[in-house]
Amino acid sequence: MSIDKVWVLAEAADGNPVSTTLELLTKARSMAGTVEAVTWGGDAAAIAGTLGDHGATTVYDVGDLGGKLPGPVVAGAVAELIRSGNRPDVMLVPTTYDGRDIAGRLSARLDLPVLTNVVDLQVEGGEVRSQHAAFGGTQIVTARFTGDGPGIFVVRAKSFAAEASGGAAPQVQSISAPDLGATGAATIVERHVEERSGPKLDEADVVVSGGRGLGDAEHYAMVEELAKLLNGAAGASRAIVDAGWVPYSHQVGQTGKTVKPTVYIACGISGATQHLVGMKGSNNIVAINKDQEAPIFSVADLGVVGDVHKVLPKLIEALKARG
Amino acid sequence: MNVVVCVKQIPDPAAPAALDAQSHTLVREGKLILDDSDAYGVEMGLQLAAEDGEVTLVSMAPNGEVSGLRTGLAMGAAKAILVSDGALKGSDALSTAKVLAKAIERAQPDLVIAATESTDGYTGTTPVQIAELLGMPSVTFAKKISVANGSVRVERQTEAGYDEVECPLPCVVTVTAGVVEPRYPSFKGIMAAKSKPVDQLTVADLGLDASSVGWAGAGQEITGVAAAEERGAGELVVDEGDAHERIVAFLEQLKLV
Ligand SMILES: Cc1cc2nc3c(=O)[nH]c(=O)nc-3n(C[C@H](O)[C@H](O)[C@H](O)COP(=O)(O)OP(=O)(O)OC[C@H]3O[C@@H](n4cnc5c(N)ncnc54)[C@H](O)[C@@H]3O)c2cc1C
Ligand SMILES: Cc1cc2nc3c(=O)[nH]c(=O)nc-3n(C[C@H](O)[C@H](O)[C@H](O)COP(=O)(O)OP(=O)(O)OC[C@H]3O[C@@H](n4cnc5c(N)ncnc54)[C@H](O)[C@@H]3O)c2cc1C
Repeated sequence: MSIDKVWVLAEAADGNPVSTTLELLTKARSMAGTVEAVTWGGDAAAIAGTLGDHGATTVYDVGDLGGKLPGPVVAGAVAELIRSGNRPDVMLVPTTYDGRDIAGRLSARLDLPVLTNVVDLQVEGGEVRSQHAAFGGTQIVTARFTGDGPGIFVVRAKSFAAEASGGAAPQVQSISAPDLGATGAATIVERHVEERSGPKLDEADVVVSGGRGLGDAEHYAMVEELAKLLNGAAGASRAIVDAGWVPYSHQVGQTGKTVKPTVYIACGISGATQHLVGMKGSNNIVAINKDQEAPIFSVADLGVVGDVHKVLPKLIEALKARG
Repeated sequence: MNVVVCVKQIPDPAAPAALDAQSHTLVREGKLILDDSDAYGVEMGLQLAAEDGEVTLVSMAPNGEVSGLRTGLAMGAAKAILVSDGALKGSDALSTAKVLAKAIERAQPDLVIAATESTDGYTGTTPVQIAELLGMPSVTFAKKISVANGSVRVERQTEAGYDEVECPLPCVVTVTAGVVEPRYPSFKGIMAAKSKPVDQLTVADLGLDASSVGWAGAGQEITGVAAAEERGAGELVVDEGDAHERIVAFLEQLKLV
């Protein structure tokens, strides 16, 4: 057995491939001779160049979905392609809302298992081994598929660094799903986009996150102001997302985003394992917490035992004073 | 409207989780509890079925475990189906979905609710696999759900905000934490739960082949477990009114200011 062909699920947003797609294409190049991508949503022409530049030689395009949720449609089209005899050894799927839906649907359609929460992949003796962050990232589990492929791996963001290969523009080939019956019926009737200023949370060089220690929703403004002063993005613990202080798109952690900025500043966050798994890969971590025993300090390069209501205003003033 | 809520019964997350050194599966000793993530689903189900319907809980768990189900019944669910069978040990997400799908079919639901992901295994794929096996559409990551005229309207979280999604019944919806505030079981509820029906089924009862579930059916295996690399703690300073200066110096050294 050997790994010859890898497919990468190429999700796009705003006319660009999402960063995990490029990370996965880069990894795929080191795993197999042939790397191809599957995309949908009407952006294929716009993103093909970038996908090629990261190693994809063919892009299979499901096209515009007419507002349908992608899960069943994309999985249906991929399953058809595989049934027609074009099968990869490995399929890499980004851990995104739609990626997980597509992987789940594909798994049940093809009666194949899925390995999820993958943070690393190795090819050993013609076989893929995957590493998984388990129990909030405290343990690393290694796993493999025992049966025939394709092996479907759902990989977490930032598991690999994206690097262009300088590959040529790929060939774009249309594919389509068979009749999906009832399964394809979920339809988007309206999209709501939250306003964001400054860099994206998972791409920012500096991330300032706030937690329940801020006391109330109004004090999140300090986190936003500090993030802005540092040209960074504002993040949050799940506690304050659940409490409705900030939208879910700010959440860092197991069920939120994975971030790896140059510096992560945690303000009033205890450091639960589910939070740590999303940020402990940061290059530098600063934590402000009034409890000396808070677990966040166990990963902090600079820990400040103090009150966010005292430290943050002074920090903001000091940075403003420098202009 | 009849609602099935999938509820996973898990070891208390407050106790440290461990994998069995030999079998590499989760050690499940002692009492299991209702996964917190599913308490939201139970509450949502109860609210949606309040007027004209009932909530049936469906769970797959080893050793006839019912304590988590009792919590859901105490919250107000009418009955429960529990699939428990030695042959289920070692099941992966897909075989779990096969079992749950068969059990769910029995309740003939208009709506199936599950959590976006469980607290212990968190593969997050089981509900969608269930939907595909049942031939139903699905909407994941719901932060708001309403039902009208034979379809659900869901606010589905997205990277950039949320989408309003419409989906005909019957379908599967996965809910995120915070979708509703789960009620605490009342004393009356706890007492009533003791006499509510829990239908216990085996793999054979569901008409499934034992070789398609458990160890036999799992298409994957764990080959090793290791502690993740610990990130060492650095310097800890106690704020005496000047800690912000330390942070500024730290950022300066990184050339960020
Ligand atoms: C399945 C599952 C998935 C999860 N996913 C995530 C996830 O993706 N992201 C996530 O963040 N969490 C996640 N959680 C939740 C996680 O377990 C914690 O509950 C959460 O991270 C706690 O948020 P917090 O640190 O803001 O709040 P708390 O744990 O309440 O901590 C607040 C901290 O603030 C400190 N504090 C209080 N007042 C002050 C003050 N004046 N100044 C300074 N410090 C102060 C306290 O000492 C405390 O350490 C998940 C949980 C589960 C079960
Ligand atoms: C650390 C770890 C990593 C694992 N990795 C993988 C993997 O990569 N691939 C894989 O196939 N399996 C994996 N498993 C096994 C997998 O967790 C189990 O097969 C499990 O039965 C599937 O559940 P989940 O918790 O992952 O489900 P999720 O898909 O996260 O569950 C979502 C929701 O589905 C419902 N649900 C799930 N299970 C049940 C149940 N038993 N009863 C009732 N409702 C339920 C609940 O509403 C739940 O909140 C892993 C297990 C562990 C402990």
